[in-house]
Amino acid sequence: MRMMSGAAMVVEALKDVGVTHLFGYPGGAVLDIYDALFAQDVVKHILVRHEQGASHMADGYARATGKTGTVLVTSGPGATNTLTGIATAYMDSIPMVVLSGQVPSMHIGEDAFQETDMVGCSRPVVKHSFLVKRAVDIPKAIAQAYYIANSGRPGPVVVDLPKDIVNVQDSHPYVFPDDVTMRSYNPTLKGHNKQIKKAVACLLKAKRPVLYVGGGSIASEASEVITYLAERLGAPVTSTLMGLGAFSSVHKQFVGMLGMHGTLEANKSMHNADCIISLGARFDDRVTNNVEKFCPHADIIHVDIDPASISKIVNAHVPVVGSVKTVVNQIHAVLDEHDLSGQEEKLADWWEQINDWRARKCLDYVQGDTVIKPQKVIQALYEHTNGEAYVSSDVGQHQMFAALYYPFAKPRRWINSGGLGTMGFGLPAAMGVQFALPDACSVVVTGDGSIQMNIQELSTCLQYNLPIKIISLNNRALGMVRQWQDMNYKGRHSHSYMDSMPDFVKLAEAYGHVGIKVDTLDQLDDAMKRCFAEKERLVFMDIAVDQNEHVYPMQIKYGAMDDMRLSKTERT
Amino acid sequence: MRRIISVLMENAPGSLSRIMGVFSQRGYNVDSLCVAPTADQSLSRLTIITEADDKVTEQITKQVNKLIDVLRVAELTDSAHVERELMLIKVSTLTEVARAEVKRNVDIFRARILDVTSQHYTIEVTGTSDKLSAFSDVMAQCAEITESARTGVCGLSRGDRALRP
Repeated sequence: MRMMSGAAMVVEALKDVGVTHLFGYPGGAVLDIYDALFAQDVVKHILVRHEQGASHMADGYARATGKTGTVLVTSGPGATNTLTGIATAYMDSIPMVVLSGQVPSMHIGEDAFQETDMVGCSRPVVKHSFLVKRAVDIPKAIAQAYYIANSGRPGPVVVDLPKDIVNVQDSHPYVFPDDVTMRSYNPTLKGHNKQIKKAVACLLKAKRPVLYVGGGSIASEASEVITYLAERLGAPVTSTLMGLGAFSSVHKQFVGMLGMHGTLEANKSMHNADCIISLGARFDDRVTNNVEKFCPHADIIHVDIDPASISKIVNAHVPVVGSVKTVVNQIHAVLDEHDLSGQEEKLADWWEQINDWRARKCLDYVQGDTVIKPQKVIQALYEHTNGEAYVSSDVGQHQMFAALYYPFAKPRRWINSGGLGTMGFGLPAAMGVQFALPDACSVVVTGDGSIQMNIQELSTCLQYNLPIKIISLNNRALGMVRQWQDMNYKGRHSHSYMDSMPDFVKLAEAYGHVGIKVDTLDQLDDAMKRCFAEKERLVFMDIAVDQNEHVYPMQIKYGAMDDMRLSKTERT
Repeated sequence: MRRIISVLMENAPGSLSRIMGVFSQRGYNVDSLCVAPTADQSLSRLTIITEADDKVTEQITKQVNKLIDVLRVAELTDSAHVERELMLIKVSTLTEVARAEVKRNVDIFRARILDVTSQHYTIEVTGTSDKLSAFSDVMAQCAEITESARTGVCGLSRGDRALRP
């Protein structure tokens, strides 16, 4: 039996669960663990500039790879600084483990220096948490944390480690558990056969079916089987913000993203459907609009690994609890017993109708000669990256433009905070992507508001030579706030305007990177070329875009899915 | 509608706060709560009384069941069940007539007197919540209630239905 200190056990257990990257920031309560990290080079530690950055990096790392992201922070402020990142991961079901230092056991509850009840603070936004009380329990707690984080419906797990149990002077037996299963935790992966048969009957009866694909399709790696399902049925596919890329956005059966800023054809298809199969989506309020008016003609098949998501918002006619991939494979097995040759003819009218909606070209916009439209920047980005980039986004107008104008052909390429809507997510997330995939083209689409929320991580980028490309749509305003103020507050731009913007080019240069300013349309293409020619360095593109542009289409509040504004003057 | 939700969970630190967290963060009511270890000391059994419609009850049971520490959740009000609550009530009585009246009602309600002083009776009464409330009302009429404590309801299904690990 190997004997080691609690701190060494933490590092050893991380190695045993296969952790290669650890995003963290040292401090008093974790100095012993940092000392243990110093003695090895299997687990690569990345020193961030702010703990929130560490949490988003671990998140981006997880989204791009499907592997669990890991964070190490000290007690008190170190721990609380990760809460936004934990909540972001929780809302989007991203596997993450946060190891937080804690004051020594005997001082817990005494309001000791840098003490916070991290288990308590994080409780509403974690899948589970551990407060480890004895050094010998460290390997099991860490092993279970990773098992819980990345099984069932994934999510963040906190492991709180009091300083006395990780003392480097002590020695304890290290036993990594062979079995991490728990009697109280058994996620259901396989759908109930009776429900699968009902779902198939519903799909085959349908004349106007829609596949509604969400983030669960990406988490369960179901892209291939979903594509095959869509093609077998000949049905249109729409995707949530979180599901983009699970089904190729350049596939002819893709009708675009749905919801608040969804395409006309996606929202119309949903509203007029007679059968909707939801695959790992959760009927978020940013999708449904007014639930009372939601898809009045449709039978709803709801496939989700989390039983609590089913019928939470919209009543499901055919609930199926299970992993999307497993359930879709089960559906395929039942479909094998049916003759599907009549599908194309059966759905011909439906496609004719959908193509009429498509003909409206709801994403068209007017690009003038000089002032750059934000949509144009995203389209230029798509061309210059051949649609192959990993695009991390912040939150706001630029996020919606990126989602709508950069078609993702593959899963895990679109990295954004969908549920929590965390500004400041983009840059650190793109860093996590770049650490996980050093050869990938990691791009941040951001705005002048969001980028300033975690801009300190530019320093980390230099330390680790991350050649990230930052595409900042600078409209000198908080664009989405301004848009809502234009639409709902008679154009009173209360505190959505910043008249003290830094010189982003100089700022990028100050951090040791390349900055490029783009003011007019004629400069855009050359600037993009210069940006992507810089293979080894981070480039910050500060692109001035039209301040008055709004994101359209946009659902009209309290309406049905397809009650939408199509431009500043047109409605459905 | 009044619901009795029964939960079997790991008898571990923090389990109860996670369950209560689900109630507070999702805006559900807790009318009463009764919790103690089961015959198997590694498990705790929790009985929660809440006021909720069908949809909310479904969400409560699903969200509680989702917690890692929770093994089983059942709604007892779904089917035949027994439920009991215990109340300790202390009343002060100054007159002989009142003391006799208290004693008579203790007999009628099949309650028990646990402690007697010259001016106080401390009484134990077990039954459904309604019976306890009725007893409390009667006591208020014939004596002055000094204080009382109720355990909250605990319940089990009838017959062979059971919450097992």
